[in-house]
Amino acid sequence: MSEAVAVHDAVEPAEAPLTPESWGKLGMWLFLAGDAMSFGGLIVGYGILRHASNNWPVPKDVLGINLTAFMTFLLIVSSVWMVLALAAIQEGDKPKFKKFLGLVILGGLLFLGCQAYEWTHLITERLPHVGISFSTHLFATTFFVLTGFHGMHVTGGVIYNTSVFAAVSRGRYVAKHVEIAGLYWHFVDLVWILIFTFVYLL
Amino acid sequence: MATAAHSASAYIRIFWILLVLTIVEVALVYMGLPKMLLAGLLVIFAVWKAALVAMHFMHLKFEKTTLAVVALTPFVLCVFLILMLLPDIFPR
Repeated sequence: MSEAVAVHDAVEPAEAPLTPESWGKLGMWLFLAGDAMSFGGLIVGYGILRHASNNWPVPKDVLGINLTAFMTFLLIVSSVWMVLALAAIQEGDKPKFKKFLGLVILGGLLFLGCQAYEWTHLITERLPHVGISFSTHLFATTFFVLTGFHGMHVTGGVIYNTSVFAAVSRGRYVAKHVEIAGLYWHFVDLVWILIFTFVYLL
Repeated sequence: MATAAHSASAYIRIFWILLVLTIVEVALVYMGLPKMLLAGLLVIFAVWKAALVAMHFMHLKFEKTTLAVVALTPFVLCVFLILMLLPDIFPR
């Protein structure tokens, strides 16, 4: 036993056990697993409140799904741009990397713009039209909490991607850092796919 | 890192699958299917799309199995959450 302790004191593990490329990648996966539980809790809570209600409106009729279908498309496309940006920096092609990561950032900003427009439209026109307000119906509460929590993640992702863009430009970040940022961005896309189905389509 | 497996054309292929699945989902909603059938189909499509993103874009397919177990943990816990809340969902 004393030998084992001595070994642990002297030798620090050099690489992460699950992700040999970097510790940061393991850290991001653990963060995302925790974050997925936050979203999971919110989505399950939404499902139970909806099931318990006897006057839940049909989401498609109140929210409209054409704009959100486009927003889903935006996030999927930006996910593809993200993998192409990663592929570019892995090949050492910095200009191509900057082009694709720039597109990812623009896609995120456009998504947020659509969401801002959607929320404004819902709060000022659509929801009052069907007699639902922010504070009187759980339909509105769960909708704004879920999409708002996701929108905060997109905002965070845009800031994160912008800082990665700057850090790579100055030569401080390399491909492995881009891969970690990519994991976060794809997770945001993945969660939106679930929200789009459970909140808008179902 | 299995760089050869992550070719640009493979990513584009996944993109087309995701796009088609999204279009099918929206079309299903407009088709006016029975409620339970629609819900079942939409859940299958959503999980399918989420799995595609995780496996290919997040490279989970090329990672160690233990990391995939870590990534699946939240979903298992969500199932337990639903099971724990079942008495509230279907009160006697």
